Order: sequence, then structure tokens, then C-alpha cells
Amino acid sequence: MNVEPGTLLAVVGENGSGKTSLLRIFSSLLPPEGGSVLWDGQDIHQLKELYSGQLTYLGHLNGIKDDLTPLENLISAMSLAGEPCSSNGAKEALEAIGLKRPIHQLPSKVLSQGQKRRVALARLWLSSRPLWLLDEPFTSLDAASTNVVTKRLLAHLQRGGLAVLVTHQEIALPTEMVHRLRLTG
Amino acid sequence: MSGSSMWDAIGGIVRRDLLLAMRRRSDAAMSVFFLVIVASLFPLGVGPEPAVLRIIGPGVLWVAALLACLLSLSRVFTADYLDGVLEQMVLIPQPLAVLVVGKVLAHWVISGLPVVLLSPLLGLQFGLDGEPLGVLVLSLLLGTPTLSMIGAIGAALVLGVRGSGLLVALLVLPLYVPVLIFGAGAVTSSMAGIGGEANLSLLGACLVLSLFLAPWATAAAIRIALE
Repeated sequence: MNVEPGTLLAVVGENGSGKTSLLRIFSSLLPPEGGSVLWDGQDIHQLKELYSGQLTYLGHLNGIKDDLTPLENLISAMSLAGEPCSSNGAKEALEAIGLKRPIHQLPSKVLSQGQKRRVALARLWLSSRPLWLLDEPFTSLDAASTNVVTKRLLAHLQRGGLAVLVTHQEIALPTEMVHRLRLTG
Repeated sequence: MSGSSMWDAIGGIVRRDLLLAMRRRSDAAMSVFFLVIVASLFPLGVGPEPAVLRIIGPGVLWVAALLACLLSLSRVFTADYLDGVLEQMVLIPQPLAVLVVGKVLAHWVISGLPVVLLSPLLGLQFGLDGEPLGVLVLSLLLGTPTLSMIGAIGAALVLGVRGSGLLVALLVLPLYVPVLIFGAGAVTSSMAGIGGEANLSLLGACLVLSLFLAPWATAAAIRIALE
């Protein structure tokens, strides 16, 4: 199986069919029991940090600290990921995904599930990594935010990026860009 | 991987953890508070006899410092594990051991450094002064980072396990014993007039050894926990 630049692999399947495990294998968090994952022809477990430098991973946990504000969360997540961003850049990313300025300064624990998910997804506006691995990115998002994220995905693919998505929803992207992989339990 | 980006990663983690500790001051202050309580209760319980207090002082202070460190260990990785930040940290383009050094450094600054800074005051309560007091501070300065380093291995091993507080104590206490013996021994031998250099050198050796080995062991434990 190959994922080419500019295409998106949508992993679909029933609950418990191993979609998230597959994504974790792609991210190198989980070593595969058989077979191997290659990036540019090289095994990702040999590339290690070089591979980590190519991807942005968003699991089903948001990776958000309840005690930090959305702005602090985003800035520290980006600097951890090795792509430090300015405070203004982070604010613009949060606004792009529909979180208005007053929300930037609230502790994240008062945000709703959908808002927390948006804080996590705001990283996509700052990421210049070619590979995005997203686990159910549209969970708890409203229709408008889903649209915004889909547009961002389209821009990423048009730039020659690639993405692997675990999702239950239809993705409103041109069909030639989307490959589907159906897992059965 | 360039050296500067490695230091950036460590600095970023330390800054973030210190900011989080500032937001949760009561958690951060708990281990120091524990130390102060234990060290203040002993003179009340044992009695105000200066000779007795001088003898038990080094041991009591070292045991209190060790337990204070143990108390805060379960917090090193647990919160990050539960909210998914640890996952993100494992996927940063730096070796995981570098991240561990940052986490341990932050843990030491929050729970170890205050112990070192408070120790002269607490030592005075036990009638320590002059050289033994200096040796006490020095021994804690060398010993508490070792405790944090060793503790990180235990904290990572028990990630996701129920009743992890007790388990982490069982895992790391045997490894803490040498540090305790050398640390309290340094102060005792300095009080006996034979100087604490030998024990301090051993403490230094423990620190170097733990700095060298603990990050790799902790990194391996974190990877297993996240599988």
C-alpha cells in the first residue's frame, strides 16, 4: 500500500477494527507485529527522530493542558514539536479555526469538547510537516469548523502534503485525492 | 540533530512544566511542606535534648527529603500521559531521552531545589552548624537530582497502572538506599571530624551514573507504556 504526495488515505471501518492502532503504527508509537512502514523507502523505526520531524500527529486525546490557556497550549505544543511559532502566529491559527480572542486567555479546562478539539487542530495551521496523521479530527466539531478543517486539509494536499485520516465521516474533498482503506474486524 | 535544538527542547519542557507548577502551586508546594512538617515534628517528638537531635538530625533530614521526593514522583509523567501530551512528546524530532532530562530537571527544580534551599534552616533545628551544615546542603544538592533521576524510571514504569503510588515506592526505594546512606553518612562523618569528602564523592558518582543511565531506561519505559 502506498500513499503518494498530494493524496489522503481515509481509514474507515467498524469500532474496534484497528483503525487507531494502524494510525499509531504509522506514527511509530506502536511497533507493527508484522510488515514494516516505509517513509521515502526507509523503515520509520530506523529513521526515528528524522521521521518524527516529518509528521504532525493528532491522536484521539487532544494533548491539551487544562491549566494552560489555548494560546499557551498551542505555543508550547509547537515549540515541543520543533516548529516554534510567535504569539501572533498562534493567535491567527486559533482565529482561523474559529476561536475568538477572548477565548485565547481562558484556562482550557472551561472550554467545551469541541473547542478543545479546535485548539488541538489549530496546530495544522502552523505545521509545515509533509505528513499529517489525524485520528477522528472531526469529532465534536460543528459543521462550520469541519468545513474549515477540510479546507485546510485541501490546501495541505495541494501543496504536495499527504495525510492519513481515521474517520467515520465523509470527507468533502475531490475524489481523486482520497483513497479509502476499509478495515474489517 | 543540532545541539542548540536539543537545548531548545529541554528548555521548552522545563519552561512549560514550571508554568504548570505555577498554576498548581498547592501540588508543587506539597513535597516541601511535607519536609518542613516532618523535620519540625521530630524535635517535638524526640525531645529537645541537643545531643540527641544532633545525632539523629542528618538521618531524619535525609529520610524526610527522600520521602518528599517520593511523594511527588507519581506526578512526573501521569498528567501528560492521561491528556495525551506524552504521546506528542514521544513524537518530537529529538531523542526521547532528551525529553526525559527536561522532565526530570523540571521535577528537581520544583521539588528538589526547594528542599536544598530550606535544608540549612531545618538543619539549625537539629543543632547542626558550621561544616556539617554545609556538608548537609552539599549532600542534598548532589543527592536530590539523583533521587529525581532514579524516580523518573519508576514513575515511567508504573504509567497506566492502578495503585501506582505504592508500586513506584517499592520499585525505587531499593535504589534510593545507597543515596540515603552516602548522604546521611557524609553529614555524620563531617560531624565526627573526619570530613564528608568520601561520601560526597560517592554521591557525585551516583549522580553521574544516574544522569548517564536513567534517561535511557526512562525513555524505554515510556515507549512501553504508550504501546
